[in-house]
Order: sequence, then structure tokens, then C-alpha cells
Amino acid sequence: MQVPLSAYLILSAFLFIVGVVGVATRRNALIIFMCIELMLNAVNLTFLAFARFLNSMDGQIFVFFVMVVAAAEVAVGLAIIIAIYRNRETVDVAELNLLKW
Amino acid sequence: MELVIFTGLALVAALAAMLVIVQRHAVYSALFLIITMGALAGIYILLEAYFVWIVQVIVYAGAIMVVFLFVIMLLDIRREPDPWTPPGRGRILTALLLSVVLLVELGMAVAQRLVLPPSGAPSVAGGFGTTQTVGRLLFTDYLFPFEITSVILLVAMVGAMVLAKKRLT
Repeated sequence: MQVPLSAYLILSAFLFIVGVVGVATRRNALIIFMCIELMLNAVNLTFLAFARFLNSMDGQIFVFFVMVVAAAEVAVGLAIIIAIYRNRETVDVAELNLLKW
Repeated sequence: MELVIFTGLALVAALAAMLVIVQRHAVYSALFLIITMGALAGIYILLEAYFVWIVQVIVYAGAIMVVFLFVIMLLDIRREPDPWTPPGRGRILTALLLSVVLLVELGMAVAQRLVLPPSGAPSVAGGFGTTQTVGRLLFTDYLFPFEITSVILLVAMVGAMVLAKKRLT
């Protein structure tokens, strides 16, 4: 019994939505960051599902590049969070409101 | 058989993802995210993405999440007393509207009944999704993006070191 393509897409959409809900709702900067990683994983799953469906290696190469960019982004983002914590003693994004109107 | 494995792994991934966003402490969220990435790595094997599977386990779950845990421990985050803020009327309305649109789209996608082709004869020399194929493509067709990624990693390393350095006063 073959797994339908829509099953992979639905799982990927669900993971993406869970990530978006986490980013929009949580106030801890680290958890927001983790939900961004969850969204990137969901997108990886979509790429790989379509790569298998269309029998093309382009999707897998793109997933490789997405992972590289995710690693770079995590390094820089966590360094920024550390710098913010050193200045403000908090990682609560509700308290980072200096640029707010 | 493939369907059974996929259903099990998909349920684990979905449940762990939902548990990521509701935890009060950031460490539990990180651990559940590692479980999600592990389940997704299993699904990648089903999709014949062998190189991506190994990179996911080693780099994503093994390096990126470990850095996350390092930072969580380093910053000594306390438990959040109130992680959820109740949404207002306008937000609930927007959310309902967007979910209706999304459900209609998903219904249209499911109704197409597209099935993945069975894994028969290898269509790419060296196997579909193996390390050999990915390596060959990275050094021939995708050489330029590959070199650019090394520049990206260098910039990220320098940026992280500069941002997280202690001030020497």
C-alpha cells in the first residue's frame, strides 16, 4: 500500500502551522527560535516529498542548502539572544520594546 | 507496510511538535523538538533521502539542538509563569478565516489522490538520494551555491563570535 503524496503534505502543513502558532503566541525568545526551526523542518519535508514524487534530485539538494542556512541562522540568532540577555537580563520578547511606537 | 511506518512516525512527529509549543520550560521544548526531528529523519528514509537523513541526525538534531540546549543552560532560564496570553476577538476571527481557507486547500490537495511512484529501477546513476549522487550534483551542477554556502558559514561564525564576545573593559 503506497503512501499518498497528500499525507506527506498534510503532515508538513500541520508542522508548519504548529510552528507559526508557536512563533505568534510564545514570549520566550528561545522557544520562538525553536518554532522557526520546526517550520524549516516542515519545509524540508515538503521538498523531499516532491523530490520523490517527481523523481528529481533538485529537492534534496535544496534541502541540503536549507539545512546549511538554518545552521548559520541558529548560530547568529543565539549569539544575538545571548547579547540581549547580557544587556537586559531577560529573554522575554514583550520586554524588548524600545523600538515600539 | 510503508503506510504503517509512516503513520507511526507522523503521529510521533505531530504529537511532539504540539508539545514543543506548550511547555513552560524551554528545556522540555528543546527535547521535544529533538524527538520531532528524529521522527522526521525516519520519514526521510521512507522518502529515499539517505544523505539528508544522516545530515538531519548529525547536524540538525545533533549539533543545532545541542547548541540550543547549551544556550538555554547558559542563560539559566526560569520557568515561565504565564506562557499563554488569551487572544482577542479580532485574532480569533482572523485565525478562523485563515484555517477555513487552509482546510479547503488541504481538501483539494487530498482529493487529487496523488500517489508516490514505487521505488523501482534507479533513475539516477548511483542511486536516488544516496551520498554519491548528492556529492556528484553538489560538485557539478550546484557548485556555485555550494561555494556560497561556505561563505555563509564563515560569515555566521564571525558574526556569532563578535556578538557573543564579552566586553574587555
